[in-house]
Amino acid sequence: MAVKKEEIQKKVIDIVVERMEVTRDRVTPETRLIEDLGADSLDIAELVMEFEEAFDISIPDDEEGVRSVGDAVDFIVKQLEEAGE
Amino acid sequence: MLRDGALAGKWALVTGAARGIGRRIAEVLAARGAGIVVADVMDEAESTAAEIGNEYGVNVLGYKVNVTDGEAVKGLFDELKGKCDGGVDILVNNAGITRDNLLIRMDETDWDAVLGVNLKGAYLCTRQAVRPMIKKRSGRIVNIASIIGMMGNAGQANYAASKGGLIAFSKSVAKEVGPRGVNVNAVAPGYIRTAMTDALSEEVREQMLLLVPVGRFGEVDDVAGAVSFLCGPESSYITGQVIRVCGGMLM
Ligand SMILES: NC(=O)c1ccc[n+]([C@@H]2O[C@H](COP(=O)([O-])OP(=O)(O)OC[C@H]3O[C@@H](n4cnc5c(N)ncnc54)[C@H](O)[C@@H]3O)[C@@H](O)[C@H]2O)c1
Repeated sequence: MAVKKEEIQKKVIDIVVERMEVTRDRVTPETRLIEDLGADSLDIAELVMEFEEAFDISIPDDEEGVRSVGDAVDFIVKQLEEAGE
Repeated sequence: MLRDGALAGKWALVTGAARGIGRRIAEVLAARGAGIVVADVMDEAESTAAEIGNEYGVNVLGYKVNVTDGEAVKGLFDELKGKCDGGVDILVNNAGITRDNLLIRMDETDWDAVLGVNLKGAYLCTRQAVRPMIKKRSGRIVNIASIIGMMGNAGQANYAASKGGLIAFSKSVAKEVGPRGVNVNAVAPGYIRTAMTDALSEEVREQMLLLVPVGRFGEVDDVAGAVSFLCGPESSYITGQVIRVCGGMLM
C-alpha cells in the first residue's frame, strides 16, 4: 500500500507549526528546522518524539539526516513503506 | 497534613512507595489531591495503593515493578499514558537500597545493586516520565538523594556514589527540561526513622545523634513535607536544587 505523502506532509507541518509556534506560511518542505526556525537540540528531540508518536514509528537517535521539513517527510514515508511491506 | 487540593487533577508516581518514606510521600501528595501511582518491587504495591485510595479519596494505581528493568519501566509508563491523562505530572524517584561495606570488602555485586536501583532506576523512570511532561509543558520530578551523597560516609562508598550521582543527574536534567516547564529537584534526607535506620545498632544511633543539632532523628513526615513543597505551585521557581532535610547535620 502506497503511503500518502501529501497527508504525511500536512501532518508533519501541523506538528512543526504547533511545536515551533510559527505561522503556517513559514513552514514548507524546504524549511530548515535549525537555520530557518531556530530550533535547538531539545526542539529537534521533541519534534522527533512527536513524529514517532504521530506515525507510530521509531526514528534513530542520530537524526542528522533530518534537517528540513522535507527530510522528515521523506524519512517517515520510507519508514512507513518499509513497515507496510 | 496539607489538604489544599493544590494537586487535584494531577497524577503522581512514587517509586518504592510500598513502605517507608516513599509511602508517606504518596500519602502527603494524595492529601493534596493528586492521583497516586505506587510502583514498588514488593508485592504490597497494589494493596498500599488501595489503602491510600480509601483513606484520601483519590484515584490510585499500584504496580509491582523493578525500577532497574528498563523493559518493565517502559511498559509501565506506556500503560500510564492511557490511564493518567497522557502521563504522570509528578515523578518521585524514591526507590533505594543500601549494601554497606568497607570499600576493601565491597564486591562488585554490592556496587552494582546499589548503583542499579538508586541511580539507574531513577534514570530509567525519569527518561520515560519526562516525555509527556515536556509535551504538557509542565511537570515536577523529585529525586530522593541523601546527605551522604554530599558528605560521604565510611562504609557507604557505593551508596554515597549513587546519591551524589543522583544529585548531579537532577541538576543536568533540570537544565535540559527547564525551558519546557519541568522542574527537577532533589531532597537529601539525613537520618530518618524507618526500617532502614531501625536496623542500626543502639550504639551507632547514639553516636549519630551527637551530630544532629536538632537532637533527634527525622521522621518520614519531615521528608514528605519537603517533597510536597517541591511538587506544589509554591515552588514553581525552584529547580536544580537540593533541599537538605537533616536536622542541621550538614550545613
Ligand atoms: N531512612 C533514611 O534515613 C534515609 C536517609 C536518606 C535517604 N533515604 C532514602 O530515602 C529513600 C526511601 O528510603 P526508606 O528509608 O523509606 O527505605 P525502605 O527500604 O523502607 O523503602 C524503600 C522502598 O523501595 C523499594 N525498592 C527497593 N528496590 C526497588 C526496585 N528495584 N524497584 C522498585 N522498588 C524498589 C522497596 O521495596 C521499599 O518499598 C531511599 O532512596 C533512601 O536511600 C533514606
